[in-house]
Amino acid sequence: MGRTLAEKVWDQHVVRQGEGDEPDLLYIDLHLVHEVTSPQAFDGLRLHGRKLRRPDLTIATEDHNVPTLDILKPIADEVSATQVATLRRNVEEFGVRLFPMGDANQGIVHMIGPEQGLTQPGTTVVCGDSHTSTHGAFGALAFGIGTSEVEHVMATQTLPLKPFRTMAIEIEGELRPGVTSKDVILKVISQIGTGGGAGYVLEYRGAAVRAMSMEARMTMCNMSIEAGGRAGMVAPDETTFAYLKGRPHAPQGAEWDAAVAAWRELRTDDDAVFDAVVHIDADSLTPFVTWGTNPGQGLPLGESVPDPATMDDDAAAATRKALDYMGLEPNTKLRDIAVDVVFLGSCTNARIEDFRAAADVLRGNRIADSVQMLVVPGSMAVKAQAEAEGLDQVFLDAGAEWRNAGCSMCLGMNPDQLAPGQRCASTSNRNFEGRQGKGGRTHLVSPLVAAATAVRGTLSSPEDLTPTVLTTA
Amino acid sequence: MDKFTTHTGIGTPLRVSNVDTDQIIPAVFLKRVTRTGFDDGLFASWRNDPAFVLNQEPYDRGSVLVAGSDFGTGSSREHAVWALMDYGFRVVISSRFGEIFKGNSSKAGLLAATVDQSDVELLWKKIESRPGLELTVDLHARTITAEDLVVPFSVDDYTRWRLLEGLDDIGLTLRHEEDITAYEAARPSHKPTTV
Repeated sequence: MGRTLAEKVWDQHVVRQGEGDEPDLLYIDLHLVHEVTSPQAFDGLRLHGRKLRRPDLTIATEDHNVPTLDILKPIADEVSATQVATLRRNVEEFGVRLFPMGDANQGIVHMIGPEQGLTQPGTTVVCGDSHTSTHGAFGALAFGIGTSEVEHVMATQTLPLKPFRTMAIEIEGELRPGVTSKDVILKVISQIGTGGGAGYVLEYRGAAVRAMSMEARMTMCNMSIEAGGRAGMVAPDETTFAYLKGRPHAPQGAEWDAAVAAWRELRTDDDAVFDAVVHIDADSLTPFVTWGTNPGQGLPLGESVPDPATMDDDAAAATRKALDYMGLEPNTKLRDIAVDVVFLGSCTNARIEDFRAAADVLRGNRIADSVQMLVVPGSMAVKAQAEAEGLDQVFLDAGAEWRNAGCSMCLGMNPDQLAPGQRCASTSNRNFEGRQGKGGRTHLVSPLVAAATAVRGTLSSPEDLTPTVLTTA
Repeated sequence: MDKFTTHTGIGTPLRVSNVDTDQIIPAVFLKRVTRTGFDDGLFASWRNDPAFVLNQEPYDRGSVLVAGSDFGTGSSREHAVWALMDYGFRVVISSRFGEIFKGNSSKAGLLAATVDQSDVELLWKKIESRPGLELTVDLHARTITAEDLVVPFSVDDYTRWRLLEGLDDIGLTLRHEEDITAYEAARPSHKPTTV
């Protein structure tokens, strides 16, 4: 029987097959490190007198804690400053390359791998961060790990793992203008639920996926974890190769040819069988937004806040709890929900294409007086590119704030936080209670919806603006 | 890691589903560089509410948390496991766990016991009918006993063995260092390096 993409990559990385109940020992090609989930792992190495086995397969960046203003001054928050200083000491001691604040390559850890050409098809990629699933867009098997596992990878360059099950997400048809891969993944999560992908690697397939850019694929794979999936993957193709060619760490010359030949084998065999299959009709999708406090609580923008009175007891209780936190009344039209803040950023949607799409909507428009809009590039490379294209000026002219790179308001570990009760349309990945600041209320949206919402002040798509702006992203 | 065989302690009912790791410990509490001291961040945004279960005697002294489905979803932060353990929990019971949380628990020595939702409901009723009731969690037998109620739980065989023996995962892997070296020698030369 044939093998799926995920199984092929798995097979190529088995260092040692587990016996009986034992897990397999899997080799890790790339370990991404940041300041929040690594200090205890470095401590563990020191405590046991262990070396970091492969500094040459490890790379670090500063992202979760970093301020997005005044980045050349010392970090004002003492505890954040200590965490960043600790990372700097650790990478020095263990010989790991770091992209520190102020470096032209600094950025969110999941931006760095692809930009540098380090994330390649058929590799295994891990990081102490659940959105490591982003890298699966290249046909890598990429997943988030905890700090104990971070230490394990540092010490051994391997992880003991039980094989995952496989789930095909078949996205057939063609996305309409104004509908993005963010809308697709929000739809997938609402369909299968936040636990629906538990135990699975999700492989995104079908015509709509093949038509997506690498950046759009990254957005989709990024949120696989929000569907409970351990990883998300897309089989590499010409789009992948074109993205990688010429990047700093991509293979060159004869090595490039050998690599591409190997990468072309990385597709699910026609006779392979998935453990589960989900179908999504791309043609019928419209912009999708969340109304509740988990990423599965989403609906098309044209619909209304759900009514617990129409549900069974368990669903009604969960819905009431979410609506209570969100400060929403049942049956309110989603388009009538007014926001205070718009956040364009995060490892989900802070790449150059996201910024171009949002800028196209904002060009010639002003954001509503009632709205504060933060535009936070995922990386300094994206920031530089956007500035070269004049996009920063479009955002500034529209009344938005143009910041430096980092995780920022996606999780509010730095000063970029919502105040209690504030409502935000956010291009990030999690609408959990308090995620963007204690008491803050989050609606997950695409960059196009974020931009249109900033202009109108209520959840909107570019179609709601006059003159109508339609963009394909 | 300490060995885990059986544990007896007060059951704390947490009648909430989809408790993500941002709820278990918000990001602002993740800034410490140590592995302990996270108990003040545990369920931080709910701790101000006097009605929250951890603000109620005797549940505040619980060491077996009986939670709703999909516990520990979301962020990979192992701090969620550390915060639960720092507070005093040794066992968390749910009908389904976030994958990364479950893995983190097994590495840090917190038992994540998967129990059918119908049995979770029975445990909740039992505990609430007699607050302060002690549950006994037997990892050998894979059972949870609450007075006359005995419910089974599942945990994978490898995790169970490691917890019973208190084994360090890295030490186990390093027994196979020759296999790792052999694998490295055969890796394709086009694989990337960060230097």
